[in-house]
Amino acid sequence: MSFQLSDESKKQIEAIFKRYPHKRAATLPILHVIQKEHGYIPEEAEPFVAELVEEPPVKIREVILFYTMFQTKPIGKYHFQVCHTVSCWLRGAKEIIEHLENRLNIKSGETSDDQKFTITEVECLGACEIAPMMQLNDDYIGPLTREKIDEILEKLQ
Amino acid sequence: MAETQGILMPLIQSECQILKNYRDRGGYEAAKKALSMTPDEVIQEVQSSNLRGLGGAGFPTGRKWAFVPKNSSKPVYLVVNCDESEPGTFKDKYIITRATHALIEGIIIASYAIGAHTAYIYIRGEYVRQAEVLEQAIQEAYDNGILGKKVLGKKFSLDVYVHRGAGAYICGEETALLESLEGKKGWPRMKPPFPAIEGLFRCPTIVNNVETLAYVPFIIKNGARWFAEMGTERSGGMRLYCVSGHVNKPGVYELPVTTTLREIIYEHAGGVPGNKKIKAVVPGGSSSPPLRADELDVAAEFDALMKLGTMAGSGGIIVMDEDTCLLEILTVTTHFYHHESCGQCTPCREGTGWMDKILNRMLSGEGRIEDVDHLEEIASGIMGNTICPLGDAAAMPVLGYLKRFREEFESHALYKKCFDGEFAELKAAS
Repeated sequence: MSFQLSDESKKQIEAIFKRYPHKRAATLPILHVIQKEHGYIPEEAEPFVAELVEEPPVKIREVILFYTMFQTKPIGKYHFQVCHTVSCWLRGAKEIIEHLENRLNIKSGETSDDQKFTITEVECLGACEIAPMMQLNDDYIGPLTREKIDEILEKLQ
Repeated sequence: MAETQGILMPLIQSECQILKNYRDRGGYEAAKKALSMTPDEVIQEVQSSNLRGLGGAGFPTGRKWAFVPKNSSKPVYLVVNCDESEPGTFKDKYIITRATHALIEGIIIASYAIGAHTAYIYIRGEYVRQAEVLEQAIQEAYDNGILGKKVLGKKFSLDVYVHRGAGAYICGEETALLESLEGKKGWPRMKPPFPAIEGLFRCPTIVNNVETLAYVPFIIKNGARWFAEMGTERSGGMRLYCVSGHVNKPGVYELPVTTTLREIIYEHAGGVPGNKKIKAVVPGGSSSPPLRADELDVAAEFDALMKLGTMAGSGGIIVMDEDTCLLEILTVTTHFYHHESCGQCTPCREGTGWMDKILNRMLSGEGRIEDVDHLEEIASGIMGNTICPLGDAAAMPVLGYLKRFREEFESHALYKKCFDGEFAELKAAS
């Protein structure tokens, strides 16, 4: 049940509180710090955050489940978030997703057994000018082609 | 070259996330000027410029600022909406990463006008790299006495903080954004009270879009009339149009709001690949009803597009060529709104799901002719019956596609294929 955070993360959290007149407002920023360190939000983090922001744990869980970016279980080291909304769809997002699924041998929504890759189909990322596109961890990449996907995978293997 | 024209585009092209570059172009002179005016004079100037909310709603910015109660005993907040999530929209990303200091200057002027000493920039969580650039520019502004206890050496203090979202379209709706900023799930609030009276932390709050604020310094610098004269009687200036889909040069184009859709698509975005014909154009983000190819000689502006039963919205223009299956596109669009419905209001939560299911069934070839009427009925049941505009945003495309392209959907229901132009004969024969 014990939840640990690095000193660096703790320092960041301290700084976050200074930005708001109410503790609860720090909830999302703190969850970002935790996810950055752990790769996801472990269940034990819920009471930890709850205590920090002085809210019941259920309010923290509610937030974690509401926002798509917060992961509740570990995901792959490389997270392929491929946009499948209108502009990307018009430029061939479907084929890109299929190609990626075939190459990694996992379906969208799954993580590879070696915990290296996760594919998620996501909604518009605000980069329709480089459609079809994806977010690979923190970076936007596009326009994607099958060749470009192959190139990226080669570098990551 | 068109590259150097415009107001924000020259900044974007000269890397104005770096203070020196912005200063070389006269940066922060407008803020100095504003700080020597009275707040009311600043509001009056913005009001006369006909600047309207460029996040999508098009509400007159100066009028919004004037709603903040004078001499409030509570603190006043400025919140910058950088949630940019309406499909087809990607302009604010360029401002926060390349015209960053224009945004910061706009924030200073707006904060001074409404009496705010704290501003939060709510940026969508996925913009990780973009938030880093923004943080750096803000730090540079602090380091150079542009933000902090004495803004530009004047007797005005302002702190600006970046607050990251975490993946939720609904948080672009201003009251959901405020809830999210307060550390809650993004459930929209009932209005009234409007945020200007009771917003963030129950204090008077003005929520403005990034692009809207980035134009403010230039209005102060060059005068309201200069900005107003570029536009129509009720909408001033230029705006950043985002063009995507089937065009040769997808991207952001800054043009006067009097520019027609046809001009934007053919003269700026390079026309349609393969010289194909256009089937449909979504003029203002995916929630705006699409137009037909013969309706493109309209100014891409709030009032003109409203007359056609659609909207200028966020300036996200999505072009679809003649080979596009509109059933597919409406399905993808409706899936988006279903996914993003926050679940608070029944008509939206249930209705978007039903529409998503019906459209998927049609797409799988199991459609029935009554599905078309059904979709219309459900969409009409959502329209106007929800707390926030997401319900309308989901219903409008369904009603819009059916109004202008009904035959496409009937063809799928009856013949399991796209409309090929011979529908009337087929229908008569059946």
